[in-house]
Amino acid sequence: MIEIVLAIGLGFAAGMLAGLFGVGGGILFVPTLIILFGLGQVEAQATSLLAILPTVAAGAWRQHAYSNVRWRAAAVIGTTAIVGVELGILVAKALPEQTLRRLFGVLVLAVAAQLAWRARRSILAP
Amino acid sequence: MRLVLIGLVAGFFSALFGVGGGIIMVPLLILVARYSERPAMATSLASIGLIALVGTVSYALHGDVRVGYALLVGLPAAAGAVVGSSIQQRLTTNALTFGFAGLLAAIGVWLLV
Repeated sequence: MIEIVLAIGLGFAAGMLAGLFGVGGGILFVPTLIILFGLGQVEAQATSLLAILPTVAAGAWRQHAYSNVRWRAAAVIGTTAIVGVELGILVAKALPEQTLRRLFGVLVLAVAAQLAWRARRSILAP
Repeated sequence: MRLVLIGLVAGFFSALFGVGGGIIMVPLLILVARYSERPAMATSLASIGLIALVGTVSYALHGDVRVGYALLVGLPAAAGAVVGSSIQQRLTTNALTFGFAGLLAAIGVWLLV
């Protein structure tokens, strides 16, 4: 029960992160699924991609209202990404789960540093 | 052509880590395709929708997607995304940004040790 409440709270937080910074929220979905529900790294990543869909649908709908979305460019990127996605899945499933998890941990720390840097810069140059 | 390269890199990154790829796509759109920040973020979001859809279908074919858990975190996140977008329009968000940085740093350490 407590896991479900925490999952809803962290899901909401991931969505806020997405709305604020134009990302999908996966950086929080993956660890949430691992820590709360004990999913494996690959399973958590696959599930995270599905959870991203409602999140970006809401975010893109909001941004479309501000006329910020360039749909043609998005279609080109999305279509060519198919090749990249298939390669990424091959590599993710070929790596040992422990290695993939460590790489993901490094990514999370890099994003944390990037966020802290961004906040610091906007304090210094308001 | 630049957009094709960005798509390839973002798609690989997205599927490898189960993220949307916005972390890498937004800087690429700004630096390589010379977008300004707001269109870069918005276009990234729309692209992530397509990339995550392809990733979900491909992983699902391998049997790795857990639909119930995805809805459990994904539906509250949709509400959070709407709130986050409107906060972004109104408030200074430094405290919030530091909060998220701290949360992610803790998670990163937890994953590594």
